[in-house]
Amino acid sequence: MNNDHKQPDGFFYQPNTIRWILRAFYTSCIVLVIVDLVVHRHIITSLEKIPAFYALYGFVACVILVLIASQMRKVLMRDEDYYSRHEETMESQTAEGADDE
Amino acid sequence: MNEFVLSLPPFAWFFIGAVLLLVCRGVIASAITIIMPIVSFMLLLQWDHGTDYAYPLMGMDLTLVRVDRLSLLFAYLFHLAALIGGIFALHEKDKVQQIAALAYAGSAIGAVFAGDWISLFVFWELLALTSVFLVWARRTSASYHSGMRYLIIQVLSGVLLFAGALLLIRQTGSIAFTDIGLSGIGAWLIFIAFGIKCGFPFFHSWITDAYPEATPTGTVFLCAMTTKVAVYALARSFAGEDILVTIGLVMACFPIFFAVIENDLRRVLAYSMINQIGFMVCGIGIGTEMAINGAVAHAFNDVIFKGLLMMSMGAVLFRVGHVKGSHLGGLYRSMPKTTMCCIVGAASISAFPLFSGFISKSIIMLEMLEAGHTVGWLLLLFAAAGVFHHAGIKIPFFAFFAHDSGLKVKEAPANMLIAMGIAAILCIFIGSYPSFLYSLLPFPIHYSPYDVTHVLTQMQLLFFSALAFVWLNLKGLYPPELPSTNIDSEWLYRRVAPAIVSRVVVQVEGIYILMKTALLKALNHLIILLSYLSSPQSPLARAWSVNGMLLALLILMIVVLLFNYF
Repeated sequence: MNNDHKQPDGFFYQPNTIRWILRAFYTSCIVLVIVDLVVHRHIITSLEKIPAFYALYGFVACVILVLIASQMRKVLMRDEDYYSRHEETMESQTAEGADDE
Repeated sequence: MNEFVLSLPPFAWFFIGAVLLLVCRGVIASAITIIMPIVSFMLLLQWDHGTDYAYPLMGMDLTLVRVDRLSLLFAYLFHLAALIGGIFALHEKDKVQQIAALAYAGSAIGAVFAGDWISLFVFWELLALTSVFLVWARRTSASYHSGMRYLIIQVLSGVLLFAGALLLIRQTGSIAFTDIGLSGIGAWLIFIAFGIKCGFPFFHSWITDAYPEATPTGTVFLCAMTTKVAVYALARSFAGEDILVTIGLVMACFPIFFAVIENDLRRVLAYSMINQIGFMVCGIGIGTEMAINGAVAHAFNDVIFKGLLMMSMGAVLFRVGHVKGSHLGGLYRSMPKTTMCCIVGAASISAFPLFSGFISKSIIMLEMLEAGHTVGWLLLLFAAAGVFHHAGIKIPFFAFFAHDSGLKVKEAPANMLIAMGIAAILCIFIGSYPSFLYSLLPFPIHYSPYDVTHVLTQMQLLFFSALAFVWLNLKGLYPPELPSTNIDSEWLYRRVAPAIVSRVVVQVEGIYILMKTALLKALNHLIILLSYLSSPQSPLARAWSVNGMLLALLILMIVVLLFNYF
């Protein structure tokens, strides 16, 4: 995630810290799935009977969300001054028009 | 005297404060901005349920204050928001903002207490007029234009409300602001008026347009009040309308796509606000007592955690001067306390167990399932995962961690930290002791959010959403933060409409120029002809012979004679 040539200082930029955080995180994910197989959940819809349904759904939903959003950029993304540039030209035109009067 | 003070309607204190601010300055002015909400709140506690404060006007009995559980809860909420916002803005010496913020909070409280359409309309418009100054107070060209668009849209909502109310009053003969349902054109106009303020799809762009342009402190007030007044109004008048479920689902889902690719972090929060309101609108649409409870509880929590997130971004904006994700990062070292508060807000909006969002969002989701909307429930689940993605991870990650931007700034001022601290404590308190908020809800509630199933499933959803974020980031698939503008429905009135209008103007101008040149040409010819006729060379100026003159006279007399005969 970090492409800087110089390693920035600070606890959360140490490769060791990042490694440990990720390890703890992956372990928690695994534990959550194991618990799901052990614990009896209340179920309202049949979908919830799928083992670790919420985990699967959360992961897939977020991946789809990000992939679609990235594609949306191709259609929706404009320069930062997209509106302001246009509105300023309009304004200066109006101002010139007013001067002409 | 004492009785008079007690009988003043609750919002009056805010307007008194706003007037006092005109003549006070310095420390006293700052004190007024936080003392007034406290005084008003203390007095509000004296008001009993069911009290009405009516007054006659032009032969109508207007209900200025209607106190019931629903209006009281929102009134408490707005007092709290005004107080926290006031503390957050304590360093601010700008009189315009101080007055606007107090009057704005007063208008919001007035609107939720209004018991008839006329009073509601007055406060509805006051909300627009007072809040726009919080946008303009940024004093940039962008904020000026944004404020103008904001005002036009808000006033449009007010006009629709007024027109709808008049039609409705004519139809029913009653001016009571109460449950009306979607029947008749008047009710529909009111529904659209509420929808504009609530940020229904295609009407939402004022939120994402104006909130990121307002001042760092102004947005904290803005995000608390206007949309929540609209949620209250919907709950009051249109509870149980099926169309609201559909609208709510769209609101909950579409903004998360925009939020993922948006670079301005306050705009990301504006999108996530529409997403959260979507949950509330769904709850109102389902319409059961439990669902309304969920919607109202979520509105309460949202004001606090969204306020907290807005405050943390406001603090960054205040110190750094911008909140562009592409140029931030690594701020946790210089602003550790702000970082902590932001993370608490992020955990709350994502509905982590022990944080406030957890105890309210799940009520709406559960009611969705109970009502048999399985697809709707899946969409809400998607929205819940998505909000964690953009508000829960993206906001803190890109602002305070991510790549090291090298920014060296000071920690936020003490008053900002205190305000954020209060909000953060409230988020944890409400999340950990749900019975506090549940006891304030409009309907009795028997629900315990903390059971194994709920905690486990929610943790799975959140952890695996986070896993998706980590995986996409490690794979390099996560869209980087880029300085950009993403076009949204505002494109229609900021680019398409102006383009059409300017094209029409060009056409009309072309026709005008064509006609003008043709007319000038014709006039020119006429002038040349006339000058030729009156010149010495013209046939008229020649010397005519006597015979010729006589002949001409003869012809003339014959013509006159003929005219006489026929």
